[in-house]
Amino acid sequence: MELYVPILVLAVLAAGFAVFSVGIAPFTGPKRWNRAKLDAYECGIEPTPQPVGGGRFPLKYMITAMLFIVFDIEIIFLYPWAVAFDRLGVFGLVEMVLFIVTVLVAYAYVWRRRGLDWD
Amino acid sequence: MNNPAPNLSDFGHDPLWLSIIKALFIFVFLMVGVLLGVWTERKLISRMQHRYGPNRAGKFGLLQSVADGLKMGLKEDLMPRTVDKVIYFLAPVIIAVPAFLAFSVVPFGPMVSIFGVRTPLQLTDLPVAVLLVLATASIGVYGIVLAGWGSRSPYAILGGLRSSAQVVSYEIAMGLSFVAVFLQAGTLSTSEIVAKQAGGGTWDILGMHIPTPSWYVFSLLPSFLIYAITMLGETNRVPFDLPEGEGELVGGFHTEYSSSLKFAMFMLAEYVNVFTVSAIAITLFLGGWHAPWPISIWDGANTGWWPMLWFFGKLVLAFCFFVWVRASLPRVRYDQLMAFGWKVLIPLNLAWILLAATFRALRLPEVDRGGILALGAVIVIGAFAIWLRFDTTNQRRRERKAAEVEEEFEQLREEPTAGGFPVPPLDLPHYHGVVPAARLHHEAKEVTSGSN
Repeated sequence: MELYVPILVLAVLAAGFAVFSVGIAPFTGPKRWNRAKLDAYECGIEPTPQPVGGGRFPLKYMITAMLFIVFDIEIIFLYPWAVAFDRLGVFGLVEMVLFIVTVLVAYAYVWRRRGLDWD
Repeated sequence: MNNPAPNLSDFGHDPLWLSIIKALFIFVFLMVGVLLGVWTERKLISRMQHRYGPNRAGKFGLLQSVADGLKMGLKEDLMPRTVDKVIYFLAPVIIAVPAFLAFSVVPFGPMVSIFGVRTPLQLTDLPVAVLLVLATASIGVYGIVLAGWGSRSPYAILGGLRSSAQVVSYEIAMGLSFVAVFLQAGTLSTSEIVAKQAGGGTWDILGMHIPTPSWYVFSLLPSFLIYAITMLGETNRVPFDLPEGEGELVGGFHTEYSSSLKFAMFMLAEYVNVFTVSAIAITLFLGGWHAPWPISIWDGANTGWWPMLWFFGKLVLAFCFFVWVRASLPRVRYDQLMAFGWKVLIPLNLAWILLAATFRALRLPEVDRGGILALGAVIVIGAFAIWLRFDTTNQRRRERKAAEVEEEFEQLREEPTAGGFPVPPLDLPHYHGVVPAARLHHEAKEVTSGSN
């Protein structure tokens, strides 16, 4: 745990600075009320009404997020394997080849179903 | 060469006051670094574009960033009516804090003595230090998403989504490019990775001792190249600066943050992130704080406080690389960006990792080399066969698409309304090709600007 204390110190420092800057921002500048100024900026046209609690977004981004999770977990499996490689020897190599081939099957499937194409 | 390189057991013994001093140093270093970095970037890119750049505030415009920071503080802090107040205030904090945190595991130098305490020039180190860096980068993405989401403006939300999709996509390639380094070093701790890059072996050719380079950039060049690309994508820098594609999304996820101190947080985080990825590149691939070759002949180069100088030198060079790329390359298209990350970088990376692992396995003592080579051959042939199959499928698809386009073109050429829209025929002659000479002389009358 001792190893993490300095990180906490730096976190407190950085958070203090960031909260201070964001908190002081409303008080350092002038205040001039203007109705149009408080609209969402859309290059001058009337702002599109946005639903409360957030609107909808293209499904494409969710697919990207799901793929990201799949591959991120694959990376997490690769790290301990890489660190312990010299101890595992050939067994580790064969196991990892099998693992990567398994993931590649899913990868090829996604590619084939055009999950990686943007439009 | 005896290196007082610290390892994991040297950490965790600092008294609290020393940790505070180190943390303060990192904080101040990053703040001053951002001020000077912005100035360096503007100055350097100006010279590359035959301009002067900032040269009014202070000598050589050195105080330009300070002036800009002050100006931001004195601007009106706008908050659009539509925003989600809590998220809107939290997002700049969420994006700024993890940016600083990643620097806590970056090694600045070897063991030194500060006020009588022997301590490494590094805030702390963990058995999973590189994971901490990746984790902080991931938390930074929350800041981007929430800034876009909380602003409740179409530009901001699109910019936030785009930016986060890009960052997570390139994070995969980035994480994969580290694997070969861990394979070589056998550890995730940054200080030990740096220590492993200390002295290379020697080749004995014809009685001469030729020192082999020990930095991983030489032995793991493909990993380094992929990392160099992903660090541009990860920090949203040119040529991957889509989130701020000002022609389409205004400012992207921070459109609604006017120009106050909240916006300053985003800018700060962006530059700190550039420093972080550069520092990680230096730590994992460029020998960390070790002196580069001609200097490393001097015995004292890697002792005491000197390594900090080498580290800063490398950091400045890495930052200049970012600026150089920005001055040289155009912005890529979004679908190209995603396709490059997912379809090129990831398979290349995986193949390279397996190759590196095979080489590593061949050099282990007491292994069945024939077996490994046979396995490797099978994999290479298999991969080639799959690639061929993929390639022919893609080729066929491309041909079919080209034929479709050709067909549609022909159809439109014959019948302008074929697609349901009144499309003008594609082979209409341009009007300037058919203006009769007579009309040109008698009727054409120049309308000068300003007359109405």
